[in-house]
Amino acid sequence: MLEIYTAALINGLLIGGVYALVALGLTLIYGVLHIVNFAHGSLLMVAMFAAWVLAEKAGVSPYAALPVVACGMFAVGWALYRYVIGRVSRGEDRAILLATLGVSVVLDNLFLAIFGGDTRQIEGDLTFAMWEVGPLLLAVPKVIAFGVSLVLAGGLWAFMARTDMGRAIRAVAKEPEGARLMGIRPERVFALAYGIGIGCLGAAGCLLLPSFFVSPHVGSVFVLVAFTIVVLGGMGSFPGAVVGGLLIGVTESLGGLVLGESLGPIGISLVFIAVLLLRPTGLFGAAR
Amino acid sequence: MLEVRGLSKRFGGLQAVDDVALDVPQGRIVALIGPNGAGKTTSFAMIAGFVRPDAGRIVFEGREVTGARADQIAALGMVRTFQITQPFAGLSVAENIRVGAFLRTADAAEAMAQARAVGAALGLGAMLDRPAAALTVAGRKRLEVARALATRPRMLLLDEVMAGLNPSEIHEIVAMIRGIREGGVTVLLIEHIMQAVAALADDVYVLAQGAVIAQGTPRAIADDPAVIEAYLGRGAAARLAAHA
Amino acid sequence: MKWVLVGGVAAVPFVLPSQSMVNIAMLTAFSAFLGQCWNIAGGFGGLTSFGHAVFFGSGAYTGAILQTRYGVNPWVGLPAAFLVGGLVGAGIGAASFRAGLRGSYFALVTLAFAEVFRVLSNSLEFTQGGLGIAIPLKVSAWNFQFADRRATYAVVLVLLAVASGVAVWLTKGRMGARLAAVRENEDAAAALGVDIVRTKTWALALSGGLAAMGGVVYGQTYLYIDPSIGFGTERSVEMLLVAMIGGAGTVWGPVLGAVVLHVVADVSRAFIATPGFAPMVYGVVLLVIIAVLPQGLAGVWAQVRGTPGGARDA
Ligand SMILES: Nc1ncnc2c1ncn2[C@@H]1O[C@H](COP(=O)(O)OP(=O)(O)O)[C@@H](O)[C@H]1O
Ligand SMILES: [Mg+2]
Repeated sequence: MLEIYTAALINGLLIGGVYALVALGLTLIYGVLHIVNFAHGSLLMVAMFAAWVLAEKAGVSPYAALPVVACGMFAVGWALYRYVIGRVSRGEDRAILLATLGVSVVLDNLFLAIFGGDTRQIEGDLTFAMWEVGPLLLAVPKVIAFGVSLVLAGGLWAFMARTDMGRAIRAVAKEPEGARLMGIRPERVFALAYGIGIGCLGAAGCLLLPSFFVSPHVGSVFVLVAFTIVVLGGMGSFPGAVVGGLLIGVTESLGGLVLGESLGPIGISLVFIAVLLLRPTGLFGAAR
Repeated sequence: MLEVRGLSKRFGGLQAVDDVALDVPQGRIVALIGPNGAGKTTSFAMIAGFVRPDAGRIVFEGREVTGARADQIAALGMVRTFQITQPFAGLSVAENIRVGAFLRTADAAEAMAQARAVGAALGLGAMLDRPAAALTVAGRKRLEVARALATRPRMLLLDEVMAGLNPSEIHEIVAMIRGIREGGVTVLLIEHIMQAVAALADDVYVLAQGAVIAQGTPRAIADDPAVIEAYLGRGAAARLAAHA
Repeated sequence: MKWVLVGGVAAVPFVLPSQSMVNIAMLTAFSAFLGQCWNIAGGFGGLTSFGHAVFFGSGAYTGAILQTRYGVNPWVGLPAAFLVGGLVGAGIGAASFRAGLRGSYFALVTLAFAEVFRVLSNSLEFTQGGLGIAIPLKVSAWNFQFADRRATYAVVLVLLAVASGVAVWLTKGRMGARLAAVRENEDAAAALGVDIVRTKTWALALSGGLAAMGGVVYGQTYLYIDPSIGFGTERSVEMLLVAMIGGAGTVWGPVLGAVVLHVVADVSRAFIATPGFAPMVYGVVLLVIIAVLPQGLAGVWAQVRGTPGGARDA
C-alpha cells in the first residue's frame, strides 16, 4: 500500500521536473516581457510533434533530437514574437493575451488539419524500459527527463545570472526605457527572451515524448498545468517554477491515485484557483 | 466637516505619512502644501478610501469612515480628483462626466443633462462630444473636477488641479474653485502654486516628510521659517532674513 | 432602416424550403447569441473570459438533469438555467473580483473554473460522468423539440433579441455607464462612487445567466450533452472570437462576428474540408483583427460615423 504512494510520489517528482522546464519558459517570458503567453501549451504540442516526426519518419531518438528541436523552437519563438505577437499587440495587455490565444488557436488547428486528431506515441523499447531501484520500478524515460530537465534549468539559471546576455535581458525586464537609453533595443531582447522560453519547450517536448502521447489537443492540457506552476511559484520566479513544477507533478500523480482517473485532474485547477484567489503572489513572488 | 487624527502610512522603509491631523470646517477652502514626496497624495488616498491607513481616524460629517471603500465614501459626499488624471479614455467627455452624475440619479436623460451642464459650466462645452483622450492637459484637469462635481459632493478633494497649466488657465481654475465653494461645497486642495493658495485658501497645512510642520493662514505660513526651510533646505530661512 | 434590413435578412430562412439553409441560419444566430452573452461581460465590461463555457455547460446540464431526473418540462429549463448560470457567474465573479483578479489573471481563472466544472461533470454520477446525458426524443412544441428547424431558429432569434436588448440597454442606462467606467479605469470609477466588485459581478452573472439558456436550447436541439460539449474550451473560445472579431463592446459586433465566422466556415469547407482548417482561419482572422481593427468589424462602422466607443482593457 505504502509502496503505491511512494511510487506515485516519485513518479510525480519525475514528471514535475519536466513540468518545471515547461514552466521555466513561461515564467521567463512573463518575467521579461510581462506578458501572459497563452500559446505556451500549443507551442509545447508543436515541439512534441517535431520530436515525433523526427523519431517516426527519420528514426532519430528524441534525446538525439533534443538540441535540434530546442534550437528550432527557439527560432520559432523568436520569429513568432518578432513578426506576430509583438506586431499585432502594440504592447497592450489585452491585445497580447488575445494575440497569444489567437496563435494557440491557429497552431492547434493547423496541426489538427495536418496530423488529424489521433493521439500518437513513439514506438520502441525506450517507452517501456524500467529501472528497478529497491522495491520501486522507475520508467527510464521519466528518470532521464527529470535529470536532463534539472540540468537545463540550472543552465538557464546560470545563463540568466552569469552571462552578459542574461544580465542584459534582466536589465531590460526591469527598466525597458532605461535599457533603450543605454543603446539596447528592448524589442530585440523581448524576441530573444520569448525565443529562449519557447526553446525550453523544444527540450521539454523531446523529454516528454517517450512517456507521453501527443495530439493536437495536448496543448490545452499543458497550458493550465504550466500556468498553475508559474502562479504557484510566483510569476517570474525561477526557483518558484522549479519547486512549483515538482509540487504540481506530485499533486497530479497523487491526485490521480486518491481521486481516481477521472476526478484526479481537478487537483491542478483547484490549486490554480486557490492560489489566485488566496495568495496571488505565489510561494516565491514578491508582487504581481 | 472633515476631521483627521493620527493618520499614518508606511511603504516599506518609508514613512510616507506620519501622524497627520487635519480639520476642514464646512464651507471653507483648506490647502495642503508641501514639497514633492511629502505625503500629500497618499493622505488624500487614505482619506478617500483608496489606501488603507496603518493608523489613524478619519471622520466625515460626524461619521467615521476609516477603512471604508472609496465608492462608499464618494456616496457619502466626499469625492477626490487624481493628480495624474484618470480619464475614461474610450468614452466621450460628456459620458465621462455622466458617470459622476449617475451617483445621484438613475435616469439616463437626467444624468446626461446634468453632465452637459456641469461640463459647460467648467469650460468643456466645446469638447463634450469628443473622446476624452483628445483633451489637452488643462482639459483633463477640468474633466477631473467636472466628474467629481457631477456627483454633487459635499466635499471635494482636489489634487494639484493647476499643475501644468498656464497662468491664464490657472486664473480660470481659481475662479472655478471659488465658484464651487460658493455653491456650498467644502474644498480641501493640494497645490504647489502659492499664488493660487494665497488667493483661495482660508487655512493652510504644510506637510514635509509625512508630518504636518505648520498650519495657519496663507500669510502666516509664507513667513514661517520652518516652512521656508522645508521647501528651500536647511538654513534657507536665516539666509533669506539676512538678505532682507 | 438598419433594423428593417436586419429583420428582413433574419426572416429569409422562414420562407426558404431548404432545411440546410435554415440550419446554417440557426447556427449563425446561435453563435451570435452566445457571442452577445460573452460581449455583455467581455466587451461592455472588459472582463475577458476564457471560460464562458462554464455557463453554457451549467445551463445545458441544468436543463438536461431537470428533465431526465425530475421530469421537469424543458421550457422550465430556460429560466432555471438562467438562474443557475447567473449564480455560477455571481459566485465566480464575487470570488475573483474580491481577490482583485483582472485582465489575464481573470481570463485564466475563468478557464480553470470551466475545467473544474468539466472534470466534475465527467466524474459525478449525478451528471452521468463521461457517458453524458441523452435527452429522450419526443418531438412536440410542448416538449421544446421541433421537427422543423425553423422553429428552433425562431427560438434562437428570440434569445438573440433578448441578449441584444440587454446590450442596447447597457449602451443607454446607468448600469452600462458604470460598467464602461469600470472597464476604462477602475480607480476613477471608484472615486465617482461606483462599486467595482458589485458592478463586475453583476455583469458576469447576467452574461452567465443568458449564456446558460443557450445550453438548454443546445440540449433540446441535439438531444445529447457531455462534459466536453458542455464545458470544453472550444465553446469558450468561439464565444470570445465571435465577439472580438465582430467588435467587443458594440451591440452589432457579435452578430457581424457570427456571420463572418459561419461564412468563413462554409467557404473554407468548400475548398479544404479537413477538420481544423476553418477554425485555423478564424484564428488568423482574430490576429488580423487585433492588429488592424482593435474595435472589431463594428468599429469600422463606428469610425465611419465618427463616434467614440468600443472596449478597452479590463
Ligand atoms: N504605492 C506606493 N508604494 C511605495 N511608495 C509610495 C507609494 N505611494 C507613494 N509612495 C511614496 O510615498 C511618498 C509620498 O508620496 P506622495 O504622497 O505621492 O507625495 P506628494 O503627493 O506629497 O508629492 C513618496 O516618497 C512616494 O514615493
Ligand atoms: Mg502628489
